[in-house]
Amino acid sequence: MRRIVIVEIEALTKIYEGKQRVTAVDGIDLSVNPGEIFGLLGPNGAGKTTTISIATTRTLPTSGSVRIADVDVVRHPAEARRFIGVVPQFNTLDRSLTIEENLYYHCRYFGFSHGQARQRSAELLGQFLLTERSKAYPSQLSGGLAQRVQIARAIAHRPKVLFLDEPSAGLDPQSRMAMWTAVQGLRKEGITVVLTTHYMEEADALSDRVAIVDHGRMLAIGSPQKLKETFGAQTIISLTLRHTDGAEAVAAALRTYPGVQNVELAQDCLRVFTSGAEGLLPELIQAASPLGLRDIAISEPSLETVFIQLTGRDLRE
Amino acid sequence: MNSPQPSSDRVLLLKTFFGLLLRDLRVLSREIGPFLLRVGMQPLLFLFVFTFVMPHMAGGSPLSSIGPGFGSVLLPGLMAVAIMFSGIAAVALPLSTEFGVTREIDDRVMCPAPVAIVAIEKVVFSAVQSIIAALMVIPMAIYIPATPVYPDLHRWWLLAIVMVLSSLLAGTLGLAIGSSVSPKNIGLVFSIIVVPITFLGCVYYPWAYLDKIRWLQIAVLFNPIVYISEGLRSAVTPQVHSMPVWIVLPALIVFLYFLGRLGLRGFLRRVIS
Repeated sequence: MRRIVIVEIEALTKIYEGKQRVTAVDGIDLSVNPGEIFGLLGPNGAGKTTTISIATTRTLPTSGSVRIADVDVVRHPAEARRFIGVVPQFNTLDRSLTIEENLYYHCRYFGFSHGQARQRSAELLGQFLLTERSKAYPSQLSGGLAQRVQIARAIAHRPKVLFLDEPSAGLDPQSRMAMWTAVQGLRKEGITVVLTTHYMEEADALSDRVAIVDHGRMLAIGSPQKLKETFGAQTIISLTLRHTDGAEAVAAALRTYPGVQNVELAQDCLRVFTSGAEGLLPELIQAASPLGLRDIAISEPSLETVFIQLTGRDLRE
Repeated sequence: MNSPQPSSDRVLLLKTFFGLLLRDLRVLSREIGPFLLRVGMQPLLFLFVFTFVMPHMAGGSPLSSIGPGFGSVLLPGLMAVAIMFSGIAAVALPLSTEFGVTREIDDRVMCPAPVAIVAIEKVVFSAVQSIIAALMVIPMAIYIPATPVYPDLHRWWLLAIVMVLSSLLAGTLGLAIGSSVSPKNIGLVFSIIVVPITFLGCVYYPWAYLDKIRWLQIAVLFNPIVYISEGLRSAVTPQVHSMPVWIVLPALIVFLYFLGRLGLRGFLRRVIS
């Protein structure tokens, strides 16, 4: 028997032909289990949005396949769309309709009767705390509120999987927290969530599993915890120095300490990568004090270190 | 739960189409005043100036010398303009912003039906507006001119066929324009497409009268508005010389087919990459 998978991406590629041939997606394999919150992480231009566009029937792949709830999205896009909810990067609410009507007509597009659509939109307005603003138009809403309406609209037809493309781009911290709560609430309804983001703490806090992609390829996949362990996300101890003469020598000496994996010299700062800070601190302080140790900062392993380690430090367009 | 019953694909398709129509109807119902002004103002002023004001001036209108009353020539022509303008205003303008600026069309494109349905619904809904706009011209032609112009409705079936074909044609023209022109340039479209095809669309003169300028008479045959005007002319003002119906109807169908394909292809290209 087949394993039950809600989103199944196999050997997916997308090449944009043109003056410049761009390989946006370069052989991605991925499966998302029902009920899971799945994070697709990657720098700008990594191929996240293209992957989501293909999965949501908006872009045709060059090769490979995507199945949503066992429906091939290229061969049967109309059928697949019944199981898909999408919250795009930008506000695409219908500007000519009120908030309530945005929900109501969305339901009608999915074949709900008048009564069913009315009931469902009232239910969603309540669930997303929008009842008071139900008669407002999208242009009158703040970014966070518009985002909530978009999520409500995307799940109105009870899709099996919700795709969120950069859901917290442009939101203030409060709205972002509210959005997280809303997304976590969807799990209770049994909706699978696939989200793209480049906010590490978002992926860490929300996702059961994350995949890190770059240059259209998948670099790692697993739970945030597992990724941190596998990719040796290290504790970084930063030693800020008054003067750096002789810092090279100190760095070289530190590299020989047990537990120290690497030492980098960056401007006036020695960055010591270790598997754990315990026991090492006194020795580090002693070694660095001749250089005028000014400050010590310890950063615990984070998804960000994994991310940077896998995707490098180069700036992306 | 209150999810809809699992329905067959065809039923769902109809429901989706109906839902899209309802949405457009709702939006139009909010703008009924502006809609009526938009479609009514041009024929109103045209009839007022050329068939009421001018005949009252000394010597009459220079245009009145072209055979049958100018009002009779104008009636089908203004109906044709009303049809075409509605098609462009109801499809091209909204589509251009929904594609270009706000991507509002996205939610409708994600409905559980083939993407083409969204475009077809737009054309059908615009056709309904075109028909209303064209019918509004008839009472104006009766009440405004110094000499009332009564349409001949004996061949109502021909009128119905020409109106439906023309209105769909106007919608596909709007679709072709709306899905290929960026919102920045949509104003320009009026100057370089809409105005020329109107003035050279046998709106203000019957096609037959162009026989003195043979090259122009042939050149305008590539203009779909000509067949709309001439078709309406043979339906509502048979006393004015017009192109034979056996040419007009096939021509309307051919233009409908090609503009429809062009518009649909443009639409799909904008939606699916």
